[in-house]
Amino acid sequence: MSTEQHTFHGVGVSAGRVIAPVLRMPQPLQAPADGAPIEAGRSVESEAQRLADAAAQVAAGLKARAAAATGDAQAVLKATALMASDKTLQKSAAKLISGGTCAESAIWEAADAVATQLGALGGYMAERAADVLDVRSRIVAALRGVQAPGIPDSDEPFVLAAVDLAPADTATLDPAKVLALVTSDGGPQSHTAIIARSLGLPAVVAAAQSTALADGQLVYVDGVAGTVTTNPGTEQRQLAAAYARREELPEFDGGGRLADGHLVPLLANVGGGADAQAAAAAGAQGVGLLRTEFCFLGRDAEPSHDEQVAAYGAVFAAFAGKKVVVRTLDAGADKPLPFLTDASEPNPALGVRGYRTDKASPGVLERQLAAIAQAAAEHQAQVWTMAPMISTPAEAADFAAMAARAGLATAGAMIEVPSAAVLAGGILARCDFVSLGTNDLTQYTMAADRQLGALAALNDPWQPAVLHLVKASTAGAAAAGGKPVGVCGEAAADPALAVVLVGLGVDTLSMNKRALAAVSAVLRTIDLPTAQRLATLALDAESAAEARSLVRAQLPQLDRFGL
Amino acid sequence: MAERTAIIGSRVGLHARPAAIFAEAAGEAPVEVTIALEGESAEDALDASSILSLMGLGAEYGTTVVLRAEGEGAEAVLHQLAVILETDHDTE
Repeated sequence: MSTEQHTFHGVGVSAGRVIAPVLRMPQPLQAPADGAPIEAGRSVESEAQRLADAAAQVAAGLKARAAAATGDAQAVLKATALMASDKTLQKSAAKLISGGTCAESAIWEAADAVATQLGALGGYMAERAADVLDVRSRIVAALRGVQAPGIPDSDEPFVLAAVDLAPADTATLDPAKVLALVTSDGGPQSHTAIIARSLGLPAVVAAAQSTALADGQLVYVDGVAGTVTTNPGTEQRQLAAAYARREELPEFDGGGRLADGHLVPLLANVGGGADAQAAAAAGAQGVGLLRTEFCFLGRDAEPSHDEQVAAYGAVFAAFAGKKVVVRTLDAGADKPLPFLTDASEPNPALGVRGYRTDKASPGVLERQLAAIAQAAAEHQAQVWTMAPMISTPAEAADFAAMAARAGLATAGAMIEVPSAAVLAGGILARCDFVSLGTNDLTQYTMAADRQLGALAALNDPWQPAVLHLVKASTAGAAAAGGKPVGVCGEAAADPALAVVLVGLGVDTLSMNKRALAAVSAVLRTIDLPTAQRLATLALDAESAAEARSLVRAQLPQLDRFGL
Repeated sequence: MAERTAIIGSRVGLHARPAAIFAEAAGEAPVEVTIALEGESAEDALDASSILSLMGLGAEYGTTVVLRAEGEGAEAVLHQLAVILETDHDTE
């Protein structure tokens, strides 16, 4: 390892500056071949013993971690340790070994049978099937003498370096141990970025050179600048120390506004009832995006009317008297639903998704609107309904008519497709409000796949072209008589970009509840003319990076809070 | 052969935490203990110290199960294990 300092660039997706040693996410485990035979030179007895030793080693490791953990984590680790040394599992694997199968393939097959059985029981037991498969991977890793898959176990805090993280990694990511995330792949809208922002961890994605980082190597991660520096020196130590001394954000008091009193209601993006309760407790002034597909994911069939009424009602109950914007099913692309989406589309992001599924599978949307209307009638929330992936004023008109037939008074359209931003005036002549989905709007404006690390720099909501389309949307709303424009994409959760959005004329911002305090604190330091001036700076910038740095330079409060 | 029935007292059924507590206790017992749903034959009984077998049993709150063991002290062991099954561990 050289002692020379080296800085490389990625895209900063979550603010913060820290110094810590690197631990790499291990390679995913390759499955052993089906029924692979015992290696020459080994006996059935020695193979059985090899498996018993590996299982005991895994069980002991999990037990030790259980002893160091508390509460739910301890209970889960204890149960997992028992699975590793489970006699029934060992016996069925031993049976396969005595038939000549090697230890790796035997435990793989035996655990598979158990996981299938648990999966068939459904519900809670089906979730435990994942624990059995995790234990299986750990035992096979122990047999091969390689590191267990998943987030590395460590007693010391570290910077996690990976290719990209999967949603499942969130569950095992301990923010007390993982201080920052660095990935070689992924973009600003990748799972890693979303995980980092929701946990408040500094993160740099699409840093291709991070693949050269080795375990134990000390690095400085700057989530603002989007850089990673090896062998950090005095300058980086001072920046990290300043971040560590950052002022704690005041709790959000439920009243989003600028310094001059201009009101900017701050709402939350939620996926269900429990989520909504947590958002209400965090001060959210309503829900700007209820992702109804979360009630449907993983389902083979459309949920029943009563099931839908109960799911939406649970969200409305948490916001009595307040606004809840319900987005109808957004199936397709990265969120396929077997009963709506055609998995064989060559380009799902440009396929039959969102509102478009109503043409291919009529009835689902109509039944969903009926369920929303009934849930709205049973609760006190002010329910607004909007359709995703609207491309033309005619689609907005059709959706508004359909919502009206269901008895829903306020209907709107999401602006995610550039054509909808350009024709926002025409769309708003036919419905009541629009909400900008900046993640998809960015992907479609820049023609850059959200999940592709190589296109991360293009896939940035700070791109001036995207900001021009936001401006076109607010201009359209003004022309339509001042109808409301909200933003419910990740852009609203970036405090500096939130200032720009308000300056562009956006009325409300909806975000992950964890971002409410930061966005509110920064909005309160500026007045409307300042926000408008900063918006102009960003619109006129030549690149996303320039827009970001010009605006950030005018917002000294960001440093005070380490944002 | 000592035999004893018990009614599952955990409201979530014989799932992760209650199953872990029970499997651990059964594994520490000096005799081998089996568990089966009431009405199933003794041949189909499962190893009570196997958390995976317990979870696969599908015993819900209020389900009656049969514990069996042989050897010295079997009665006392079964009594102790039955008490664990009949306790609602999620209220602790």
